[in-house]
Amino acid sequence: MKNYKNVIAAYSIMIFLIILVGIFQSWSIALTILNYCLISAVMTIGANIQWGYAGLINFGIMGYTALGGLAVVLVSVEPVKKAWQVGGLNILACIWIIVAIIFVVKFILNRFNKSKLRNYSVASVILGGIILLRVTATPGIEAIESVDPAKTGFLGGMGLPVLFSWIFGALLAGSLAFIIGKIALGLRADYLAIATLLIAEIIVSIIKHEEWLARGVKNVIGLKRPAPYEIDLQTSGWFIDLVAKFNSSKLNLINSISDKQEALNQMVIDASSVYVKLCFTGLFLTVVIILLIVTQKALYSPWGRKMRAIRDNEEAASAMGKNIVKEHLLIFILGSAIVGLAGAMMVTNDGLFTPGSYRPMRYTFVIWVMVIVGGTGNNFGAILGGFVVWFLWVEAAPIALFLINLLTSHLPETNAVRVHLIESAPYFRFLVIGIGLLLIMRYRPQGIIPEKIIKQ
Amino acid sequence: MDLLNAIIVLFNFTVIPALAYGSQLALGAIFVTLIYAVLRFANFATGDMMSFGTMFAVILTYYFQSLGIGLGVLPTALLTIPFAILMMILYMLIIDKFVFSYYRIKKSPPVQFAMVSVGVMFVTQAIIRIIIGPSDRRFLDGEKFIIKATEFKEMTGLAEGITLKSTQAITIIVTLIVVSIMFWFLNRTKTGTSMRAYSDNEDLALLSGIDPKRVVLITWVIAGILATIGGVLYGLDKSYRPFVYFNNMLPIFAAAIVGGIGNPFGAFLGGYVIAFAEIFVTYAYKRFISYLLPEHLEPDSLLQLLSTDYKFAVSFSILVIVLLIRPSGIFKGKVI
Repeated sequence: MKNYKNVIAAYSIMIFLIILVGIFQSWSIALTILNYCLISAVMTIGANIQWGYAGLINFGIMGYTALGGLAVVLVSVEPVKKAWQVGGLNILACIWIIVAIIFVVKFILNRFNKSKLRNYSVASVILGGIILLRVTATPGIEAIESVDPAKTGFLGGMGLPVLFSWIFGALLAGSLAFIIGKIALGLRADYLAIATLLIAEIIVSIIKHEEWLARGVKNVIGLKRPAPYEIDLQTSGWFIDLVAKFNSSKLNLINSISDKQEALNQMVIDASSVYVKLCFTGLFLTVVIILLIVTQKALYSPWGRKMRAIRDNEEAASAMGKNIVKEHLLIFILGSAIVGLAGAMMVTNDGLFTPGSYRPMRYTFVIWVMVIVGGTGNNFGAILGGFVVWFLWVEAAPIALFLINLLTSHLPETNAVRVHLIESAPYFRFLVIGIGLLLIMRYRPQGIIPEKIIKQ
Repeated sequence: MDLLNAIIVLFNFTVIPALAYGSQLALGAIFVTLIYAVLRFANFATGDMMSFGTMFAVILTYYFQSLGIGLGVLPTALLTIPFAILMMILYMLIIDKFVFSYYRIKKSPPVQFAMVSVGVMFVTQAIIRIIIGPSDRRFLDGEKFIIKATEFKEMTGLAEGITLKSTQAITIIVTLIVVSIMFWFLNRTKTGTSMRAYSDNEDLALLSGIDPKRVVLITWVIAGILATIGGVLYGLDKSYRPFVYFNNMLPIFAAAIVGGIGNPFGAFLGGYVIAFAEIFVTYAYKRFISYLLPEHLEPDSLLQLLSTDYKFAVSFSILVIVLLIRPSGIFKGKVI
């Protein structure tokens, strides 16, 4: 228990801060922050597996998050039958063409020896395939995008319950990570960072501009939810009774019946939003706890020891007969799959998929700051990092505004400096995160909760 | 005549813009490559450092305009560049003193440097947004065009015209001057040679009496000059917006790696490779082809390989291909 004293202390402070937000701002805001903290925690677990366990630097987190979000659309949205009728055949044909290209290229690479002729033939197969793809795809895509473009204009999904999409998101991200890992994992650390950063940009730009897939920048709204809708709650009897029971002492103070009804209505509206968010919190918390148990077990298993050995000294591990390439690929896939899961969770929480909002700042670098600040190689630390950094990211602007008002209170309201500073309050979050990262890197490079090696 | 028209269409819509854009990328790429070669890390704050220098140029341009100082037909921003460079170098030296030097002395692994530069990126972005805000700003003044399409048509009697914006001409000329001075400095002067020696083999360079502090200082000075000029030229040609500068970091990295990271000449050419690839792949060739083919064969589609939305994706794909086939870059940079 003594070992975990600082962990417990750090988490208590975090919970206390969120409760403070609940008291001073509102419970709805506090729960929103908590939900995002939990989603960030899942992302940091994914990033921590790659960086903390294996020392792989993956700046492509944005791409996997976006793929997880795409999975929600592909799984939960009802299929658009008309779009399938007009253009489904072309899209299916395209998939077969892609498969065929891959097999032909593989065949040529395996069958013939390295030569100029082989290179040219591979290039010509790929080029010819791309031209064939365009010829096949263009009429189909045009037909699909013209099906009721204001509402659909895309193929839709499978119409399954939304929770399946969490698994599908993880699978999708994992399989992409397999391809990227095959391409990029041989690179040195900082090249890997740049390569993954750029590949993530390619993925997001494809999701943004292929409107037949998920409406692109036109966004998909009104996604399914694993939790009840506020409107349904507000009209169901058991929920109103529950709210009345909870607030009976407050309600009893009001004498007139119409006032009482009005107060109750307001309470039901507030309570319904809190209830929905609590449902999400429960779901997310379950995911975080399951992941934490699994990753913690893995970290202290023989496999985890092997990963640490590879991280700390590749040559020595390789000399002991460990297959470094294979293990790196495996951990790259696992970590990316967890990030994909988090992406799916986030889109489910928001109820809408907005490809335009995926930016490397928010979805790659902030997540990395979380891992570094929290503690690399330690899952409790990574999760705490997710909480702390997300909390700062959201609350930095209000806190900065408060401080600016306090420090410039002697200046008149119209003072140019004061007005300018108040207008730029939202950007203080970058300053807080950046300086926080620099300070942690300098004075506590292992993070708030450092990695602990348990001798077994 | 048709052939001439076709060539002019291609020249006007691809070659000129690509040369200008490539010059801007090239300056950024040399900046990345220099930092990589001498200080040995991938600087993720590249885009924001360029933005930082440009910010001063923008503010000073507004100030000079309010004073009525200008260069006539040339943009006022050219006058402000030296001052902006001074501020940029000052900022870089402060950052180096308080952030990077600690890790350099400790000989930290490059990954740690990269993470530190991410921290610098956050801080720089915050400072820029707090000082100037995130909005779009144009600070170009003076003559906008050197050759207008209509004038060109009247002059030559051709159906197609060439438009040459003054910013494009300025970009290409200034880039050529800056880059040639820089190569002369690196290859012909004693200080430049000592920089290359330090980049090749640090221990050996120290042994032969090269002062590492001086090398680092000079690297930051050159980096500041390149970053500011590259940023100002891009801002003049398009417009100044902090978010766009952050995004520009990605094709700049692509250019530096494609050219062979650590090799300034490779980075210079890499900028043009990336720019030409982006523009040639996303250009619609319909008008070009329609001049070459007889009328009844005129194509219906735009004849575009990829839509312009994928401009960035093209340069990143080139990078991935280069990393796969020739990881040291086209012009043999440091071997990975």
